[in-house]
Amino acid sequence: MTTTNPPTQFSPLSRLLHWIMAALLLAMLFIGISMVASLGDYHRLVAIHRPLGILILLFAAVRLVNRIFTTLPPFPPTVPPPERLIATASEWLLYTLMFALPLVGWAMLSAARLPVTMFGSFHLPPILPPDPALYAMLRKTHTVLAFLLFFTFLAHLSAVLFHTLVIRDRLLNRMAFWPVK
Amino acid sequence: MAVILGGIVALFAYAGGWLTPHELTPARLTDTFEQLSGVHPGFRRNHAKGVCVSGYFESNGKGAELSRASVFQAGRVPVVGRFSLGGGQPDMADGPQAVRGLGLMFELPGGEQWRTAMVNLPVFPVRTPQAFRDFLLATAKDPATGKPNPAKMQAFLTQYPGTAKALQILGSHPPSSGFDDSSFNSLNAFRFVNSSGAEAYARWTFVPLPATHTVNTINPGSTNNDYLFDALITSVHLHPLQWRLVLTVAQAGDATDDASIPWPADRRQIDAGTLTLDHIESDDTGLARDLNFDPLVLPDGIATSDDPLLSARSAVYSQSFTRRESEPRTPSPISPAEVGRQP
Repeated sequence: MTTTNPPTQFSPLSRLLHWIMAALLLAMLFIGISMVASLGDYHRLVAIHRPLGILILLFAAVRLVNRIFTTLPPFPPTVPPPERLIATASEWLLYTLMFALPLVGWAMLSAARLPVTMFGSFHLPPILPPDPALYAMLRKTHTVLAFLLFFTFLAHLSAVLFHTLVIRDRLLNRMAFWPVK
Repeated sequence: MAVILGGIVALFAYAGGWLTPHELTPARLTDTFEQLSGVHPGFRRNHAKGVCVSGYFESNGKGAELSRASVFQAGRVPVVGRFSLGGGQPDMADGPQAVRGLGLMFELPGGEQWRTAMVNLPVFPVRTPQAFRDFLLATAKDPATGKPNPAKMQAFLTQYPGTAKALQILGSHPPSSGFDDSSFNSLNAFRFVNSSGAEAYARWTFVPLPATHTVNTINPGSTNNDYLFDALITSVHLHPLQWRLVLTVAQAGDATDDASIPWPADRRQIDAGTLTLDHIESDDTGLARDLNFDPLVLPDGIATSDDPLLSARSAVYSQSFTRRESEPRTPSPISPAEVGRQP
């Protein structure tokens, strides 16, 4: 008797993109929160924050295309249907934030009439006309979304750790960097 | 599992400054201005009183030797600016001792910008942001006497002897009569990079050109709360105001991380062009009210130095900008009618 096993892991490209994005987002969250609390390193952190945000935006687009065109490994039986729903919803929330945060950052600098400097003389064009009130609103939105991203990341990590360390269903293997049978 | 999650949250809280409530942050330095001057909705936390100006900068091309920034290529670029007085009170009385500020934004080809915020002081009284906060507190008026407390100032000078020297220099450079005959200094040093990649540190000064008309409205003893601004308004209506941009080049050993130390007088100077300001508007209608004159918005060819004040200024200006733009606007004490009054 033979059975064709469905894939147990995400595709190698999906896994690669996942871990690159994880590193970028975690770095970005810590740069962002350090930056607003720092006097001495503020300028250095801002100079990284802007181009890194645009890099995340580009990666998010690549990931979205990849996500749409790849087949996902099925959830293990240890993930009950309501939890699957939450997992899928939080996945899409993370995708939304990966796009929204850089775009709000870009829009907010545009509304403040500030140049969106990447490196050297290379900068991005404004995506909004100057509008001080809109700047103030977008600046607050940027912070709120960043905290939302941080808490969604914590929830995502908690769920994976709970499955892997407490239920011991090897959930992490689906996304493991190395191939797992 | 709890260790991993708790560790990440704790690191995040530490990075955000929540675990170190006595460490100075941009928000806490901005709070200091609010404690000392109160919150005036819609106004800058410092340099609250001001007027908007505009005009252009005509580069003669000589600055290109020092920097590849497009502003130093021969030619003309539009400039928006703001004259102001130091302090958080938007209705403060004009006086000779108030620090005069000039913020400028140069709009360069291709969307690049150069922003600078300068004052009429030849040196800054302190070297670091922490010293600046302590200086603000030491020189604040005591609510009981209405005057600064000399004991606090003495304690400050003991802790920061560099300030005593800077104050001596400031004392020997009395301010000019008005805005239009003031020099405005970058104070901080910046790193200039030219087209062949050679680097040099420089400070700059906008030096006033002698006016073709004299405005005789300067009267420090007058009861006019706005006499400096009124004279400036009259002056701009009579003729365009002009300043030369003078770049001063550091030599090895000159302090590039300490705005409280002057450079020797024999340092090479380059006259890079002329700033012309020919239009003046109230903060209520002008563009500059909603500009953050962040000294680190720089074109390629000018970069920050190791001066700790520059990063701190950039961070605190951003705080002040975000706070005021989130608040309802309050009309400026220098009204559009006052600015529009013809001589």
